[in-house]
Amino acid sequence: MQSALSISFSQTSLPLANRPLCSSNAAPSTTPRNLRFCGLRREAFGFSPSKQLTSCRFQIQSRRIEVSAAASSSAGNGAPSKSFDYDLIIIGAGVGGHGAALHAVEKGLKTAIIEGDVVGGTCVNRGCVPSKALLAVSGRMRELQNEHHMKAFGLQVSAAGYDRQGVADHASNLATKIRNNLTNSMKALGVDILTGFGAVLGPQKVNYGDNIITGKDIIIATGSVPFVPKGIEVDGKTVITSDHALKLESIPDWIAIVGSGYIGLEFSDVYTALGSEVTFIEALDQLMPGFDPEISKLAQRVLINPRKIDYHTGVFASKITPAKDGKPVMIELIDAKTKEPKNTLEVDAALIATGRAPFTNGLGLENINVVTQRGFIPVDERMRVIDGNGKLVPHLYCIGDANGKLMLAHAASAQGISVVEQVTGRDHVLNHHSIPAACFTHPEISMVGLTEPQAREKAEKEGFKVSIAKTSFKANTKALAENEGEGLAKMIYRPDNGEILGVHIFGLHAADLIHEASNAIALGTRIQDIKLAVHAHPTLSEVVDELFKAAKVDSPASVTAQSVKVAV
Amino acid sequence: MAVASSSFLSTTSLTNSKSNISFASSVSPSLRSVVFRSTIPATSHRRSMTVRSKIREIFMPALSSTMTEGKIVSWIKTEGEKLAKGESVVVVESDKADMDVETFYDGYLAAIVVGEGETAPVGAAIGLLAETEAEIEEAKTKAASKSSSSVVEAVVPSPPPVTSSPAPAIAQPAPVTAVADGPRKTVATPYAKKLAKQHKVDIGSIAGTGPFGRITASDVETAAGIAPTKSSVAPPPPPPTPVAAKAATTTTNLPPLLPDSSIVPFTAMQSAVSKNMIESLSVPTFRVGYPVNTDALDALYEKVKPKGVTMTALLAKAAGMALAQHPVVNASCKDGKSFSYNSNINIAVAVAIHGGLITPVLQDADKLDLYLLSQKWKELVGKARSKQLQPHEYNSGTFTLSNLGMFGVDRFDAILPPGQGAIMAVGASKPTVVADKDGFFSVKNTMLVNVTADHRIVYGADLAAFLQTFAKIIENPDSLTL
Repeated sequence: MQSALSISFSQTSLPLANRPLCSSNAAPSTTPRNLRFCGLRREAFGFSPSKQLTSCRFQIQSRRIEVSAAASSSAGNGAPSKSFDYDLIIIGAGVGGHGAALHAVEKGLKTAIIEGDVVGGTCVNRGCVPSKALLAVSGRMRELQNEHHMKAFGLQVSAAGYDRQGVADHASNLATKIRNNLTNSMKALGVDILTGFGAVLGPQKVNYGDNIITGKDIIIATGSVPFVPKGIEVDGKTVITSDHALKLESIPDWIAIVGSGYIGLEFSDVYTALGSEVTFIEALDQLMPGFDPEISKLAQRVLINPRKIDYHTGVFASKITPAKDGKPVMIELIDAKTKEPKNTLEVDAALIATGRAPFTNGLGLENINVVTQRGFIPVDERMRVIDGNGKLVPHLYCIGDANGKLMLAHAASAQGISVVEQVTGRDHVLNHHSIPAACFTHPEISMVGLTEPQAREKAEKEGFKVSIAKTSFKANTKALAENEGEGLAKMIYRPDNGEILGVHIFGLHAADLIHEASNAIALGTRIQDIKLAVHAHPTLSEVVDELFKAAKVDSPASVTAQSVKVAV
Repeated sequence: MAVASSSFLSTTSLTNSKSNISFASSVSPSLRSVVFRSTIPATSHRRSMTVRSKIREIFMPALSSTMTEGKIVSWIKTEGEKLAKGESVVVVESDKADMDVETFYDGYLAAIVVGEGETAPVGAAIGLLAETEAEIEEAKTKAASKSSSSVVEAVVPSPPPVTSSPAPAIAQPAPVTAVADGPRKTVATPYAKKLAKQHKVDIGSIAGTGPFGRITASDVETAAGIAPTKSSVAPPPPPPTPVAAKAATTTTNLPPLLPDSSIVPFTAMQSAVSKNMIESLSVPTFRVGYPVNTDALDALYEKVKPKGVTMTALLAKAAGMALAQHPVVNASCKDGKSFSYNSNINIAVAVAIHGGLITPVLQDADKLDLYLLSQKWKELVGKARSKQLQPHEYNSGTFTLSNLGMFGVDRFDAILPPGQGAIMAVGASKPTVVADKDGFFSVKNTMLVNVTADHRIVYGADLAAFLQTFAKIIENPDSLTL
């Protein structure tokens, strides 16, 4: 409702949005509005709010409302405040910047987005999007090649083959399409897309190329690049990062993948489906660190062991030399703990999937006295940038991979929206525990919240009990109809009050199934309530349904959930 | 012995119907199943050991009524680990769910007989439980004898894979120096290592033929004496099919491709042909040739051609009529032990179509009249060209006819397709000088036919008699039009 209002009647929507906050000034927390106030006046007020502050803020708000009332209404993009070129400048047009820009326009802010490369950033051009195209191919190949699976359906398929260029084109076409969609969506709303590398010149001042613009608030959303550990020489042909791999310029017979996280795992799915053999190199003692141990164990049984994959764990690739002079790619492994040489591998290619490094160089952070930590821009829980003295930098925010809080596209977008909420007068703190994550292997892995060890540690500290519920895809009709009974869903919860602490799913369409749980966590829905919700039969969602039903919670369902729907 | 750890209770409502979902908690007792086949120290053991030992076998439990075998997902306990009653020992995957299997007795997990990822039938011993620590060794020997007789062998560490090389050579190792220190470095691809383990091949003993001398999957398969799986993009390690096992291992040592050569994978039809041809090698065949005078047939053909009758139909009809008199040539040998006499005479005729070969079948060729047969044939060829043939229209043949006469081929021999008793290869009909029994020479149109047959059921005399009948029909073709 609010969105509809704000676009056509921004002058009315703003007071509407603000009024509750202004009147409820009795209990304001450390809201971003205080910051904005400080910045405007260049006054060194503390961050703790007071009555005095609140009244000042009110004045500013009302002034601003007059401005927008006079100027905007026709354009979707709001009018700038008097003294600034823009209300909001976003540096970096990736998914995070895009999400922030769209929400900013909705909130009536005049918004500019600066991009030095291509719109869409990593996700759209070199990450999630093209990799999903490749995984869509690998999933089908896998299915067509699995004679046993086909036979079980009564299908006969033989000699499934693929055309590498065709597969590569599918990925690049998808990226182009999504990039255009993203660009058009911003253009349509009137976001100014400025081309050039953006940098912070000073408070509320940004340059791109030779142009200098000012903005009331600035969001840094410059994202990340593949991280390549030292000693590894990337030539883009035989030693590659995900940037190169997604172009699928070759399909090596044998590829070593350094790192067995999301990226490595997804690529192992693609490569093995297309006929490569894969060797994982993992620095930790177990493959797939970061996943719930039970899930990673099962995933290893399904995604690693039966495939043409082997692995070395507890080792670093200390040196990787690309193939040249008739020699294969050489990988030297050292023990991760003792650093002693362990082994040498000779493979046809190596994919470096050791994570991503923030892209924050040349951002002019020194101009505002911000010191990065391993490249990441330090922020507080509201994405406000913290400078070298531990103080908040007014009007400057950093979202997405560049702050390193949770390096996921949708997390960046959520953080961007959260920042826009704050600068438009509504305090908002994003609950990162409610952000789901997914790995699009076949079958998929998804998760939200805590892993079992994390939950147990927290429970120990805070003194509550933890219970686990599990369901299997083998008992799900839809999964069996698809002959995809392999899978497990697991929920970690508090039996005393029914709070969901974490959900982990491995199985068919796990990435789509997680949202029922992540929404429940985000909205604080308790198991005893959600277990009464109805799921269509037969669907995969019943796996999650059974999870809720299997949980044993001591508290009764809340009254509302039980009675409200009776009228229908 | 109980199964199903409490956390898995929900999954025990295995039935697919939605109505059953809620009774999770009540279901566990029904799933309890005996996993220890009580205490039976093996009798042989009792004889050899003075002390009666309590070594219990852990059996594959039946976790559901439909379960016949189970896969070991993982051993929660390792060999030698102490077990307390009620503890989960192993996770078993049934046809419906994964379940923890608990021990009913205190003791030590002495030996794992069936390793992780392996399958055992319900009731088979998957591990041994020793009552005291002292009995572990004894149980192990017992397990060793067990596993050597059975298929499983996962626990005993196999010769270490590639990791054996003690120290990596210096930064830019010339291959020679790398070899110089320590044992020779073995480079094997991940799949090669998996296969070697699966087929119990010592990977160190294999010479690699892959790029840079590495050991590839096909090297291991060759060493294990099985045919390499053809496709470069193969499904997860399948048990090699028995058919492929006998196939010639032609792909193993192919020289590297010449530059600019290309590899074109088989189409579905070509794969089917290839598969059939390889399969045909398992049948003992022999060939008998026969010259047939076609003057009368040619004359008849000229007459009926305007009515839409084709040479193929004439030959098929003739073969059908001859087969009717010699049913053994129309029979097949399906199991190597018996004759299968076919109730119909269905003549399959080989047709070259773009990029392949297919054999549309003229059913009841002996019974249908020539005109119907010709009509049918036209229809089949049309369908074959547009790839519309239904399976019964190309795989129901009992005898095959292959004619290369139109290309001027005078004689050739055909490969017997699997599942049939004989195939006839027809050459061109050519004016030939023949001498009759009185020594007079004349020029007659003669065509050579050559039949390949399965000697398990069709013998030389059978084939000769059949060919004689066939020749008679061709030489006096009036019966064809009846």
